Amino acid sequence: MDWEAFLLSIELGIATVLCLTPLALWAGRALAYRDFRGKGFVEALVALPLLLPPTVVGFYLLVAFGRHSPLGQAVEALTGQLLAFSFEGLLIASILVNVPFAFQPVQRAFEAIEPSVREAGAVSGLTPWRVFLRIELPLAWPGIVTGLVLTFAHTLGEFGVVLMVGGAIPGETKTIAIAIYDRVQAFDDRSANIMAATLLVLSLAALGITNTLSRRIGRRRG
Amino acid sequence: MADAVLSAAFRQEAPIPLDLAFDLRPGEVTALFGASGSGKTTVLRCLAGLYRPRTGRIGCNGAAWFDSDADLWVPPHRRRVGLVFQDYALFPHMTAEANVAAALGHLPKPERPARARELLSLVHLDEFTARRPAELSGGQRQRVAVARALARDPEVLLLDEPFSALDRAVRVSLYAEIEALRARLACPIVLVTHDFEEVARLADRVLVLDRGRIIAEGDVGTISTRADLPIIAAAAEAGSVWEATMVATLADRRLSVLDTAAGQLLAPVIAAAPGTRLRVRIPARDVILADRVPEGLSVHNALAGTVDAVAPDRSGLADVVVAVGPARLRAHVTEDAVARLGLAPGRPVVALVKSVAVTRPGA
Repeated sequence: MDWEAFLLSIELGIATVLCLTPLALWAGRALAYRDFRGKGFVEALVALPLLLPPTVVGFYLLVAFGRHSPLGQAVEALTGQLLAFSFEGLLIASILVNVPFAFQPVQRAFEAIEPSVREAGAVSGLTPWRVFLRIELPLAWPGIVTGLVLTFAHTLGEFGVVLMVGGAIPGETKTIAIAIYDRVQAFDDRSANIMAATLLVLSLAALGITNTLSRRIGRRRG
Repeated sequence: MADAVLSAAFRQEAPIPLDLAFDLRPGEVTALFGASGSGKTTVLRCLAGLYRPRTGRIGCNGAAWFDSDADLWVPPHRRRVGLVFQDYALFPHMTAEANVAAALGHLPKPERPARARELLSLVHLDEFTARRPAELSGGQRQRVAVARALARDPEVLLLDEPFSALDRAVRVSLYAEIEALRARLACPIVLVTHDFEEVARLADRVLVLDRGRIIAEGDVGTISTRADLPIIAAAAEAGSVWEATMVATLADRRLSVLDTAAGQLLAPVIAAAPGTRLRVRIPARDVILADRVPEGLSVHNALAGTVDAVAPDRSGLADVVVAVGPARLRAHVTEDAVARLGLAPGRPVVALVKSVAVTRPGA
């Protein structure tokens, strides 16, 4: 078991979830309640990482992070280092590929709240902010948690993008999924097996949690 | 007549056509009556601040809530309105008590639970304060919604088809409850409905809406005899609604004598003191027209009048309006009967009333 890789994956998962939570709440709610020009295009963009091969996403990110892109140059001028092959670069990549996993369940959760219930909040004298805190968040939270659990589990398992953007620098960009590949290449099947089983259990647990939560939403409507 | 508490005017062409103006007076129940799509719910949503029409204005107790000329729009949470939604729209994650307390933001926090329980007790839900909406029956949910609407101490109470989701038995007991409530409320009440029975039971004044316009306006009695309005004619259940005053009870005959604009009526015995203001409703299909008073009849009320209007409908029936003194009485008779009796405006007839339903507004 490559503990360094395992802890790095957990760290990346937590950092991704922390960055995506406010983004997903804002964007998921906006997509659920607002109508604007180009909404269909934005929704397609949100879903895009689901369909695009990870290597494609990784390739474009690598180009964007590189020394020849404006972004890469700006980051290098500011911090003196490149985004590619760094934990920060990996985090940005992880946030991008997880957008559909985080945004979509949150959007569905906000959409599932009856419009009249939100209106009743306003008519009862609650400001829009209080309606959000006291009505929308408590009703949407199973969907929000589902999005975040999926994001976390998906981050642990992401392989293609991580390999493209991060390489396999121990302690910096070598995550557990990369470590499994690494061990198989080295004919160390025992280590690969332990790590693969760990990921399997974690993914099953994540699905268990999300299923329980979606049933809870169903019950409350009953 | 007291001064208006609220006056409103809305006008827009699209997406929902609106072109109307009206006043609401304290303690008065105004029904917005119309078919679906007539704009009645939209008017209610404008009053609550949930829908902003293109142009118009709303003034309530001296304050402006909406004035399109001044680009003024007060959002719903800063208007003191109570709204009972058609689907009640209770907060599903909160108990009945918390639902009501959520609308008590104007009170200091420690006072809210007690006030919430007081309001729930007013609608007879003392035992159900800890239940969530999913654990309550339809009628109980509606009562929680009413308690929550009253919690804001509203300047106007808005009811959006509040009975449409309930079965008949529950409905009738809730009518009585709303009737009791209105006696305690000083604010105007607006009732949106497409059911004329609700209008007849609860409303003082009716605005009949069609495609966003008021096509008829008046007290319930006058509107109920407007057989020229298709929606009133279609409300066959409806009939005529008259104000009445209790005169006396004939204990030996188990009948009460009521005084109405059409003269005295006999009704099944009512427990009310002489002088009590009542309301009688005579279903149009329970009125028989004759050219003279026949003998040996089971009906108690035979009213002499003249035909005012005859409006045939498509099903072979006609709506005949009979003037009995200053009152108007609707009768639903066959077109054959219209022809045989020669019913035409000005023709004297006798109206035999088979049933009289008596309610007590504000009791």
